[in-house]
Amino acid sequence: MATKASRSAARIMMAPAVVLLLGWMLVPLIMTLWFSFTKYLPLRGDSIERGLDWVGIANYARFISSSSFWPAVQTTLIMVGGVLLITVVLGILLAMLLDQPMWGQGVVRILVIAPFFVMPTVSALVWKNMLMDPVNGIFAHLWRFFGAEPVAWLQDASLSSIIMIVSWQWLPFATLILLTAIQSLDSEQLEAAEMDGAPVIKRFWYIVLPHLARAITIVILIQTIFLLSIFAEIFVTTGGAFGTRTLTYLIFQRVIDSQNIGLGSAGGVYAIILANVVAIFLMRIVGKNLDA
Amino acid sequence: MGQIQLKQVTKSFGSTEVIPPLDLTIEDGEFTVFVGPSGCGKSTLLRLIAGLEDITTGHIEIDGQDATSVVPAKRGLAMVFQSYALYPHMSVRKNIAFPLRMAKLDQAAIDQKVEAAAAVLNLTDYLDRRPGQLSGGQRQRVAIGRAIVREPSAFLFDEPLSNLDAALRVGMRLEISELHERLKTTMVYVTHDQVEAMTMADKIVVLQAGVIEQVGTPLELYRTPRNIFVAGFIGSPKMNFLTGEEAAKHGAHTVGIRPEHIDVVESGGAWQGTVGVAEHLGSDTFFHIHNTGLAETLTVRAIGDVSLRHGDTIHLSPRVEEFHRFDAAGLRIA
Ligand SMILES: Nc1ncnc2c1ncn2[C@@H]1O[C@H](COP(=O)(O)OP(=O)(O)OP(=O)(O)O)[C@@H](O)[C@H]1O
Ligand SMILES: [Mg+2]
Repeated sequence: MATKASRSAARIMMAPAVVLLLGWMLVPLIMTLWFSFTKYLPLRGDSIERGLDWVGIANYARFISSSSFWPAVQTTLIMVGGVLLITVVLGILLAMLLDQPMWGQGVVRILVIAPFFVMPTVSALVWKNMLMDPVNGIFAHLWRFFGAEPVAWLQDASLSSIIMIVSWQWLPFATLILLTAIQSLDSEQLEAAEMDGAPVIKRFWYIVLPHLARAITIVILIQTIFLLSIFAEIFVTTGGAFGTRTLTYLIFQRVIDSQNIGLGSAGGVYAIILANVVAIFLMRIVGKNLDA
Repeated sequence: MGQIQLKQVTKSFGSTEVIPPLDLTIEDGEFTVFVGPSGCGKSTLLRLIAGLEDITTGHIEIDGQDATSVVPAKRGLAMVFQSYALYPHMSVRKNIAFPLRMAKLDQAAIDQKVEAAAAVLNLTDYLDRRPGQLSGGQRQRVAIGRAIVREPSAFLFDEPLSNLDAALRVGMRLEISELHERLKTTMVYVTHDQVEAMTMADKIVVLQAGVIEQVGTPLELYRTPRNIFVAGFIGSPKMNFLTGEEAAKHGAHTVGIRPEHIDVVESGGAWQGTVGVAEHLGSDTFFHIHNTGLAETLTVRAIGDVSLRHGDTIHLSPRVEEFHRFDAAGLRIA
């Protein structure tokens, strides 16, 4: 693929895919931007055919001044941060555990990955009805067995519960990436550190963790992108109540419940901005690991 | 101080015994080289001494103290690995300082020792680089630097030069030998390159399948190999082995004669054959000779450039006093 001819041939052949992908991204983005500057209430008879009224930044002003906006941003950040923290910390521990030679390694690894294959809706429903139900849930039975009062998880500890559910789903992803990274660590480095007098904890801190830095960066970046748009888990468990209304969920409520597409689109643009702010922020902190 | 003693040491991985009971003493200040073919257990033996591998049975004593169950860090030994095992995310300075930091020395002492080691190893200009930005030889020196700052009672090297090109290998070989002259610290050095073994060692330990075939100075091994294996392993090109009639003449089952102990003569001579391949090195010429009626091929070394070519007839005169005689079990007949 190095000659001029083969490069231009490659470009021509890639063109359809690039054009398709660009259209795929740009069309919804431009429509969202357009709607966000118009009054678009389908139930009041507004429609694209009849033309939408231009309202300037009224939608933006209204969305941000809503009393639900800042709490939603805060909830989003707590949820993303909580899930990242849990998945990265447990992911590292699990990866190190799975890296040890043990009996039935293959089966155990598949079991660890399994949650990733369960659809978010299904896993949230399973957690809600089978594990966290205050009357019939396994946790309730466990609590009662030890003589404690069952916890109404999704009401009294709603945000933590959802963080738990989402972490359970994303832990396999983090573990898998971190496991491959750990496996690529040269065992002689660990042995050298051992001879240099570093006890286990220091070997982890000075050798293993720096080796994992790049993988951790990748896990954090990819997960953040997906976690900012978490929806199904909230929809089927709390429906946005009890302080679990994230920005994504707020936008959904504006568009579907209040049937205000203009306002929802403005929220969507805010979500894009938030995602970019978070991404730039993360890149700044951890991104320098990527070019090491 | 750095005397290391192995007493009836064995090592098994699962049910395969890699090292049968083995006794060995490495004296303080000695440069000991382990040589042997690939897979004979050289690395395993070194790792047993380092403590990176547990001994199955037996004892290891360092300076007279039982060290069998002492953790690697507390044995006072430093190891240089074949892959160098530098810490890739730390600068050269931090790499060399790492063992000192682990020993909780104060910063001033650390800086001073690192600078001193860097000066000895010509690394001063590279202290702030990462290992990834160094050449193979420089990385090797960093690995040695990391070992010397600890002032260990003995250094362990596992094929430290095998990743370097030929020219660099010769240079580093000299540097390590010089380091040994200067520090006078015990060094245990693993290699499968018998030239390294011959040139660097005070004492060579020849291993085969975990068994010590012979221990001795390089010249002892060269002059009086204890058996056919050692005779064939030490020396380059390899010793010629003859059986049958020629051996019977000397009253042995097998006789061996080194290529450098057979002279090329104009005519006469005890043996003759046709030249197969002639390797002209300028200083020496190596002939691989066929149709001698003695062995499949006979290797002969002639000093200087001898202008015999493929297919020529060559006349040879072995030096009778240089024959090595072995019995049917392969052992040397005195
Ligand atoms: N962890 C292990 N588990 C099982 N067998 C092992 C292990 N490590 C080494 N061996 C076996 O022990 C024998 C000696 O290995 P060792 O690495 O000591 O050889 P070596 O002499 O260093 O060879 P080389 O010159 O190729 O490095 C080999 O047959 C090897 O297969
Ligand atoms: Mg080895």
